[in-house]
Amino acid sequence: MSSVRRWLAAFAVAALPCCLAAQTGPDGLALARKMLAEDNPGELWIDRGKDLFFQKRGPRNESLERCDFGLGPGKLEGASVRLPRYFADTDRVQDLESRLLTCMLELQGFKREDLAKTAISPALSNGSDIEALALYVTSRSNGMKMNVTLDHPREREMYEVGRYLFHRRAGQTDFACVTCHGEPDKRIRLQDLVNMTDQKEIQEVVGSWPAYRGSHGVVRTMQWRLSDCFWQMRLPELAYGSDVSIALTTYLHRQGNGAVVHVPGFKR
Amino acid sequence: MSEPMRIRATLQGDVADVRILMRHPMETGLRKDAQGQIVPVHFIQNVTVAHNGKIVLDAQWSQAVSRDPFLGLRVKGAKVGDKITVTWTDSKGDKRMDEASVTGAS
Repeated sequence: MSSVRRWLAAFAVAALPCCLAAQTGPDGLALARKMLAEDNPGELWIDRGKDLFFQKRGPRNESLERCDFGLGPGKLEGASVRLPRYFADTDRVQDLESRLLTCMLELQGFKREDLAKTAISPALSNGSDIEALALYVTSRSNGMKMNVTLDHPREREMYEVGRYLFHRRAGQTDFACVTCHGEPDKRIRLQDLVNMTDQKEIQEVVGSWPAYRGSHGVVRTMQWRLSDCFWQMRLPELAYGSDVSIALTTYLHRQGNGAVVHVPGFKR
Repeated sequence: MSEPMRIRATLQGDVADVRILMRHPMETGLRKDAQGQIVPVHFIQNVTVAHNGKIVLDAQWSQAVSRDPFLGLRVKGAKVGDKITVTWTDSKGDKRMDEASVTGAS
């Protein structure tokens, strides 16, 4: 029997390095993510988005150069860090993607249904135009800090709605956003979940979308992230560019103020 | 049809650090689509990298290389302004060639 005990002891010693290694897991994942981020295929989408932005497209054969993201027509540098914001011409608070939709409808004459249907591309596809455009426009603010001001009463209202939605439990699973994103060190299976109530963690999030999603092989946007969260919570489908999605984005972006934009991000 | 590569070549001493991002589906021929049909095999078979016209890397790739692949290499004896030319040929016979100049370390 003693030989068995000796064998067990030897096994315990041998097993030790494995478990120590396992404890460094999250750091290992962060390191892997950093290595992948250095040569992010999402970079290829920036060039594509740039082409799409300046190309004359759609039924009216227009480019997006006159699109106003809040700083004046065609001014992209620093535009995305102030979004979502109130736009007088549409009388709505809009995020980057719903504003892109507006411009593609008004300037280029595309149809809303067509755009909204294809905005989120299938995994392992060639990606959608809106994904590439959203990344290009956001990339023009790289290195700048998020600065959602809520000066306009409508922006303040959207923020409050977003905060309510973030904490409101709903659906058959009785989940709220905060159920998964309100405490440190939570995860679903092997995926670490971001704690959105922590300033540093939420800044990491808002500064890194749109991002290249490795497992999908395409660039994903904030609208996709939110609609996928809704699906995971078994809530009704989140309509693309809807006020609900913009309210949540307003809340999250405001909470992440001060985050340095570094897109494309890289997600697993 | 294919989209341009992104090639960066930065000089470090007399060695150029070349980083290439390619846009390619790199289908293995084993994956099935939503209808259950096999997605036909389609991958980059041959990659060459030339430094001022002289081939410095000639690679044969398989289906095992990932989608949107990245290729990094270091080219000795490079100078600022040297031309780095990358060419790939895939299993459908599609070809793509892109070029970049070596830039100084930033």
